[in-house]
Amino acid sequence: MCLGIPGQIVEITDADRLMAMAEVSGVRREVNVACIMDGPLESLIGAWALIHVGFAMSLIDEDEAAKTLEALRGLGEAQETLEAMAQGEAALEGSL
Amino acid sequence: MRYAEEFRDPKAARAHLDAIERLVDEIGATAEKPVHIMEICGGHTHAIFRYGLDRLTPPGIEFIHGPGCPVCVLPMSRIDECVEIAERPEVIFTTFGDAMRVPGSRKSLLQAKADGADIRMVYSPLDALEIARRNPDREVVFFGLGFETTTPSTALSIQQAAREGLENFTVFCNHITVPPPIKALLDDPHMVLDGFVGPGHVSMVIGIHPYDFIAEDYGKPIVVAGFEPLDLLQSVLMVLEQIRDGRAEVENQYSRVVPENGNPVSLAAIADVYEERPSFEWRGLGEIDASGLRIRDHYRDFDAEAKFGVGYGAGMRSVQEPEGCACGEVMTGRIKPFQCPQYGKGCTPEMPLGALMVSSEGACAAYFQYGAIEAAE
Ligand code: SF4
Repeated sequence: MCLGIPGQIVEITDADRLMAMAEVSGVRREVNVACIMDGPLESLIGAWALIHVGFAMSLIDEDEAAKTLEALRGLGEAQETLEAMAQGEAALEGSL
Repeated sequence: MRYAEEFRDPKAARAHLDAIERLVDEIGATAEKPVHIMEICGGHTHAIFRYGLDRLTPPGIEFIHGPGCPVCVLPMSRIDECVEIAERPEVIFTTFGDAMRVPGSRKSLLQAKADGADIRMVYSPLDALEIARRNPDREVVFFGLGFETTTPSTALSIQQAAREGLENFTVFCNHITVPPPIKALLDDPHMVLDGFVGPGHVSMVIGIHPYDFIAEDYGKPIVVAGFEPLDLLQSVLMVLEQIRDGRAEVENQYSRVVPENGNPVSLAAIADVYEERPSFEWRGLGEIDASGLRIRDHYRDFDAEAKFGVGYGAGMRSVQEPEGCACGEVMTGRIKPFQCPQYGKGCTPEMPLGALMVSSEGACAAYFQYGAIEAAE
């Protein structure tokens, strides 16, 4: 829960709510980008960010993203985060 | 070097370890008279055990595991209050999965769920917001917990709920802050601490200056660190260099992610939504001044404490820790996890008695997962 996970912003989904689609280890998840905004929202597309419980908290470069992901895999945290994302998805339907 | 092959860059790890060994010699630290370095963050505790850094570094260094695992320091009374809220028929209680198995005095959230409460594990407070939008006839409560890394997420979610005028979304706020317990530990005459490895992701939000008091008022070095094993080794090295030189400074090893002054958007959201509580209870450490946050009156409609009349200010709260549990002593570094009489017997990651056994960031769980064999030897 305390460690972020790197993801790449691929699309702005809701400009009013500052929401964007991020790709995290092959999984798509909508995230809030308020904390990394710097200029027009569209300029975030393609950027890598450290994503923390659904909020992009810090822009990072691609190399840092790869290293961080590797470290998270080593700690078993990457898998845990992806599972939590799936749980969150299921919780919307009330099935978890 | 049992774990050496697991380092991304074994050569760099070796070089760091050699340099650490030389510095420990220079300082004159030994197994009998070690330097005590506290890693504040539970993510660092996990990484230290995962990569065996406590064994790879010379015996002249002793790691003291800090209070930086939010699940581990959550007092039992708060879990009891969660259960109380979750068991109301109108409530959908949403939480990070990490909190599900933390023991309460009656039951954990996991047991409450098994008993029929509508408790849902979510990844993000945004999921809770969405559940609230989809269930206008239910009360959706999000269990807000965590340090400054997580606090912005609930602050921004509450702001969003306010903008939308959602009337069925509240946060049960248990956010806590890193600097006050560090001050409390430094003021504790039993604690011997020579330097700190500071949390990376908390600092990404608050910057490095909230730690100035550690260097200025207490004369101790602190290095804010990333959580890759190489980051940790380098940070330990930087702490040792400061000790050797007689310096006490706040240094930033993780500047690639941690800006000196933190993240302005996050800080503004936190300041808008939260204010300090006079004090907050930490499991194993007791009440610590100004260490917890509450929701400002301005956002009272989104405060589960106000809506359901539970929590601070509502009745007797203090709850006894379970019999034989030594979480407090482990938390303050007085004993190692395996010295707790319950360790591995009445308390395991599957059936935790104390909170330090629940999360992989807790010292007891980390010991159990990676260090049980060595500890028993
Ligand atoms: S072994 Fe269990 S009871 Fe003992 S200190 Fe650790 S978490 Fe607490």
